[in-house]
Amino acid sequence: MDMLKRAIASDLFWSFKRSPVAVISALVAITLILAAVFAPLLAPYNPFDPASLNLMNGFSKPMEPNAFTGESFVLGTDDQGRDVLSTILYGMRISLFVGALAVLFAMVIGVVLGLVAAYAGGRTDAIIMRIADVQLTFPSILVAMLIFGIAKGFTPIHLRDQMAIWVLIISIGLSDWVQFARVVRGAALVEKSKEYVEAAILIGRGPVAIIFKHILPNVLSPVLVIATISLALAIISEATLSFLGVGAPPTQPSLGTLIRIGQGYLFSGEWWILFFPAVTLLLLALSVNLLGDWLRDALNPKLDD
Amino acid sequence: MLSYIVKRALQSVLVLLAVGLVAFSMFRFVGDPVENMLGQERTNADIERLRESLGLNDPFLVQYWDFLVGAVQGDVGVSFRQGRPALELIMERAPATLELALVSAIFAMVLGIVLGIYTAINRKGPITNFILSTSLIGVSLPTFLIGILLIYIFAVELKWLPSFGRGETVDLGWWSTGLLTWSGIKSLILPSITLGLYQMTLIMRLVRSEMSEVLRQDYIRFARARGLSERAINFRHAVKNTLIPVITVAGLQIGSIIAFAIITETVFQWPGVGLLFIDSVQFVDIPVMASYLMLISVMFVGINFLVDMLYLAIDPRLRDGKGS
Amino acid sequence: MMYDNFALDCFVILYLTFNRFESLAAKGYLLKKYRFQGVSGFSALGSPKQSQDRTKINSWFNRVFNTGGQILFKKISLTASAALLVSTSFVAAETLNWARAGDSLTMDPHAQNEGPTHTLAHQIYEPLLLRDNTGAVEAALATEWGPSADNPNIWEFKLREGVTYHDGAEFDSEDVVFSITRAMSEHSNMKELLSSVKEVRATGKYSVEIETNGPNPIMASNLTNLFMMDKGWAEANDAVAVQDIEGGEETFASRNTNGTGPYKLVSRAADSLTELEAFDGYWGKGEFPLEITKINYTPIKNPATRVAALLSGEVDFIQDVPVQDLARVDGDENLQVITAPQNRVIFFGLNQGDADLKTDDVEGKNPFADLRVRQAMNMAINREAIQKIVMRDQSIPAGVAMPPFVNGWTEALDTLPSSDLDAAKALMADAGYGDGFSVTLHCPNDRYINDEPICQAAVGMFAQIGITVNLDAKPKAQHFPQIANSETDFYMLGWGVPTFDSAYIFNFLVHTRSDERGSWNGTRYSNAEVDEMIVSLESETDLDVRDATVAKIWAQVQEDVLYLPIHHQVLNWGTSNKIDTVVSPEDQPKFKYFTLK
Repeated sequence: MDMLKRAIASDLFWSFKRSPVAVISALVAITLILAAVFAPLLAPYNPFDPASLNLMNGFSKPMEPNAFTGESFVLGTDDQGRDVLSTILYGMRISLFVGALAVLFAMVIGVVLGLVAAYAGGRTDAIIMRIADVQLTFPSILVAMLIFGIAKGFTPIHLRDQMAIWVLIISIGLSDWVQFARVVRGAALVEKSKEYVEAAILIGRGPVAIIFKHILPNVLSPVLVIATISLALAIISEATLSFLGVGAPPTQPSLGTLIRIGQGYLFSGEWWILFFPAVTLLLLALSVNLLGDWLRDALNPKLDD
Repeated sequence: MLSYIVKRALQSVLVLLAVGLVAFSMFRFVGDPVENMLGQERTNADIERLRESLGLNDPFLVQYWDFLVGAVQGDVGVSFRQGRPALELIMERAPATLELALVSAIFAMVLGIVLGIYTAINRKGPITNFILSTSLIGVSLPTFLIGILLIYIFAVELKWLPSFGRGETVDLGWWSTGLLTWSGIKSLILPSITLGLYQMTLIMRLVRSEMSEVLRQDYIRFARARGLSERAINFRHAVKNTLIPVITVAGLQIGSIIAFAIITETVFQWPGVGLLFIDSVQFVDIPVMASYLMLISVMFVGINFLVDMLYLAIDPRLRDGKGS
Repeated sequence: MMYDNFALDCFVILYLTFNRFESLAAKGYLLKKYRFQGVSGFSALGSPKQSQDRTKINSWFNRVFNTGGQILFKKISLTASAALLVSTSFVAAETLNWARAGDSLTMDPHAQNEGPTHTLAHQIYEPLLLRDNTGAVEAALATEWGPSADNPNIWEFKLREGVTYHDGAEFDSEDVVFSITRAMSEHSNMKELLSSVKEVRATGKYSVEIETNGPNPIMASNLTNLFMMDKGWAEANDAVAVQDIEGGEETFASRNTNGTGPYKLVSRAADSLTELEAFDGYWGKGEFPLEITKINYTPIKNPATRVAALLSGEVDFIQDVPVQDLARVDGDENLQVITAPQNRVIFFGLNQGDADLKTDDVEGKNPFADLRVRQAMNMAINREAIQKIVMRDQSIPAGVAMPPFVNGWTEALDTLPSSDLDAAKALMADAGYGDGFSVTLHCPNDRYINDEPICQAAVGMFAQIGITVNLDAKPKAQHFPQIANSETDFYMLGWGVPTFDSAYIFNFLVHTRSDERGSWNGTRYSNAEVDEMIVSLESETDLDVRDATVAKIWAQVQEDVLYLPIHHQVLNWGTSNKIDTVVSPEDQPKFKYFTLK
C-alpha cells in the first residue's frame, strides 16, 4: 500500500515538473494561501477591529496621502477607511476558510453516502440517490440561500454575526455534496465487482472495513480532482451569494463581499476598491482551477500521450 | 417493468413533496410579508388582523397542507406583492427567462463544442493553451461581476449594446419574444454571454476530454490504419461519438442555467422569473416564491424521470425490474 | 431650413442601410443632426422647434418606408442597427425614459400606501389637493378648501369644474364622495390617514364637505395622496371595492386606470415597462408646462445597472443615484444631478425600557437604560464624518429625529450634540461601563441611502468609547418585523412625515406601544405624561397651545435621548441636462411640472 502511494506521488511529481502551467499555478496558489494564513502578521492594519478605523481615511487613493488625515495606503482604502491591502489579506482568509471547509464538508458527506450507496445497493442506494436528486433539483445557489435563511432563523440573535460564516460553510457544502456522492458511487460500483473485494468478503471482513480500507483508497483520485475544482467553485459561490445579500457580513468581509461592495464604485472612479479584490479572487480561483485541471489530466494516465 | 415505472413515478412524487416542504419551511425565515403589505401608518392591530387573514398564524403543517391542496388544484395562491395569481405571473415571465436560457445554452454549446474539438485535436500548442487558460477566467470570477463589467464596457463606454431590459418585444399571444426585433436581439447579447460563459467553459472542457478519450479508442486507430484522412476521422467518427455524453451532461446543466439566471436577470433587469423570484424574496411574497420553487422542482423531477425512462428503453438489463 | 442637406441625409441613411459595417461617422452625423441619444430607444428630448422638425422627418420616413420600402425595411431591421433605430423610434413626442429602483405595486389607487405606487398614480390620477414639486400644497381637483366657519369639525371643498376622466366622463362631487368612501373601506391601505373622518357629503354638484370626529387641523395634508376615481367607471367595471391584496384578489382597477390626470396608461408590464402618454383632454393644459408627452417607466433594481443606463443615455431620468456616482453623472456633458433635502430622518433606536437586553453581554442590567450611556453614544457618533465620507456630503447631519419640513422643528432642536470622545468616555465610566459592553445593532441593507455603510461606520465610532457593536444587516423584509415584534435592542430606522406635522412622529415613535399608537416605537420608552400630551394634540383646536405642547414633548424626548439621530436624507435625481425641474421632498416627480431646456 505504501509503495503504491509513493509511486503515485512520484509519478505525480514527475508530471508536475513537466508542466509549467502547474508549477506557476501552484506557486501563485501557495503564495496566496500563505498570505491569507499569515494575514495578521503581513497586513499593515487589522480591518476587523472597528476601533482602529478612522472613517475620515475613506476613499484614499493608492499610494497617495489622504486629503483629511494625510495618511497613505499602498492599495488605497475603501468606503469605511479600511486599508484595501489588509482587507484583501483578511478577506482571502475568510474566503479560503469558507471554501476549504465547505469542500471538506461536502466531501465527507458525499464520499460516505456514495460509498454506502454503492456498497449496500438496493433500497439504501435508492434512498440515497433519491435524496441526491432532491438536492440536484434545487440549483446550488437556491440551496445555499435556503439553508442560509433557515439557519439564520434558528441562530440566536446575538450570535448571528459570528454564525454567518458557519452557515455559509454548511450551505455551500450541502449544495455541493452530490457530485462527490455520484462520482464515488460510480467508482465504488466498479471497485466492488473486482476480485479483491470479493476476496475480502470471502475472508470475512466486515462491510465498514471493506468500504473504508479497500474501496475508499481506490476511489480517492477522482475525489481529489473534484475537491480541487470545488474549492475554486466554492470561493466563487460565496462571492455570488454575497451579491444576493447572504454572504459574509460587511464587518468581516470575504473577497466576495469586498467585490460586492467594490462593484458599486465601478463608475465613480474609485477603481481600486473593486480592482484589487477582483484580481486577487481571479488569481486565486484561476490558479486553483488550473491545478485541478492538471491534476485531472495527471491522474488520468490514459490521456498522457 | 410496469412496476418499475410506477415505483419511479411514486418516488418522483415523494421528491416533489419533500421539495415543497423544504421550500415552504424556508419562508418562515425569509421575513414577514406583513411589514411590506401594510404602509408606514399601520397599527399593531392591523398587523395582527392581516397575519390572521393571511393564515400566517396557523400551525406550520396546516399552512403547508393548504398550499399543497391549492397546488394540486392548480391554485398556488396570489402574489402578496402584485395581487395577481402567482402562477399567472410566473407564466407571464417565463418566456423572457426561457429565451435567455435558450440563447445562452446555444452560445455555450456552439462555442463550447467548437473550442472543445479544436483543443482536443490540437492537444498541445500556444492557441490551445491560450483557449484553455482564458476560458478559465470565465469560471474564476463571479457572474455578477462579469455582467457588470460587460455593461461597463459595452453599454457605458462603447454605447454599443443596451445595459438593461429586453428591448422591444413582440407579443405572439401566448409568448412574448425579443427575437424578432433588432433591439430585442441586441438586448440578449450581454446577458446571454454572462449567463453562458460558465457552461461554455464546462462544455468545452467536457468535449475536449471526451474527444481525447474517443480518439484513443481502437476503432479510431483502425480507421487511421485503414488510411482514412484525419479530417474524416475527427469529424465523421470522433465528434459523433463525443457528442452523446456531452448532450446528456449539457441537459443536466439546464438547472444551473435557470438558477444563475437569477443573478444575470438581476444585473440586467431582465424581466424573467429569476428577477421575479428575487423581488419576491425581498418582499417575502410567499406564494410566488413557493410556486417558483415548485415549478422548478416539477421541471427537474420531470427531466430526471424522463432520463430514467430513456435509460430503461435503452438498457435492457433494467427491464427485469432489478435496477434502481 | 431643415432639408438643406436632404441629399446628404438620404445618402447617409442608404449608406447605413446597405452597409453591414456600421459606420460610426455616418451614424454620428445622423445622431448629431437629429439629436438622438443612446443606443436603443433613444429619447427625443429637444426643443419644440426640433420637435416640429422631427414631425416632418417622421412623415418623410413614413413615405419612404411605407410606400415602396416594405421589403427594404425588413432588410434594414436585420442588418443595420442605426437605420432601424431611426425608423422605429422616430416619434414626434417628447419622450421621457424614467427609471427608479422599484416598481408600482398596483394600479388601484387606494390599495397600497407606498412611494413608487403613489408616484406612478400621481401621473394618472389626481387628488383634491396636491403637493407640487417643491412640497407646497396646491389646488388640484379642489379649487378652494378650508374648515367651515360654523363647525370646526367640517372641512369644505369647492371642486374644479370642467374636468374629465380619460374615458370622457365628467368629474363631480359624486366621485369625491365615492373615492373617499372607497379609500376608507376595509381593504384600503389609505384608511389610516382618514381615521378621523366621520362622513363625506356632496353639498352640490361641485362642492363637498368632510365631517370629522373632532377638529382636524391637518386634513389638507392627509388628502394629498388620496386619488379620485370615477364612480360610474368603477361601478361598470366591478371595481367599487378596493383590491384585496391580502385576500389574493385582482380587480379591474388593479390593471386598468381611468383618472383625470395629465397622463394616461398605454401599457403596463409589471417590473418591466409602463408606458404613459399625454391625455389630450387634461384640464390643466396651458396651466402646466406638460412638455413631456410620452413616459416610459422601467424599474431597474441593481444600482450599478441603473447608473449605467443613465450614463449610456438609455434613460433620461433616474430617481435613486448612488451617492458615489453623483460626480460622474454630474460631470457627464449630457447629464446633470439635481438635489433637495428629503422629508426623511435617519436615526438609531435604543431599547431603554426593558430590564435586561437580549443581545448584550451585561448580566441582569440594561446599559441603555442609563441616560449617561445614551448621552455618551449620542456624542460618540461623528455625524460630520458620516456626511463627508459615507454620504459624500449628500446628507444634513441631524440633532433631532424630525425632518426640517415638519411643524415643530426648530434650529435649536436640530443642533448637533458635541462629538467629544473624552467626555463620552467619562460618561461611560460614570455609568459604570468604563470597560464597555457589547451589543447587536440591527440594520436594513436595502431601505435607506447607504444604510449598511452608515451602520458599519457607527460600529467603528461606538468602538471608540468601548462599546463592541455586532452588526446584523439584512433586507428590510427581515429588519422591520424585528422592530415591530420588539426583537431588537438597537436598530436603525428612518422616518418620513407625509403630514408634515410632529404629531405624526409622536403617534408612531414616541407614544407607549399600544394597539392604536406607538407601533414603530421599538425603544420600549413609556412616559405617561408624554402619552397624555400626545393624545391631547389630536383634539386641540388652539394652534398656539398645540404648538406649545409639541415643543414640550420634543424637549422631553431630547432630554431623555430617546433616539440617536444621524442625518436628514438628501434626494438626488440624475437627469438628462435637457430636463428642468426641482426635486420634490417626497421623492415623487410629477411630470406635468417638468420643462425641457
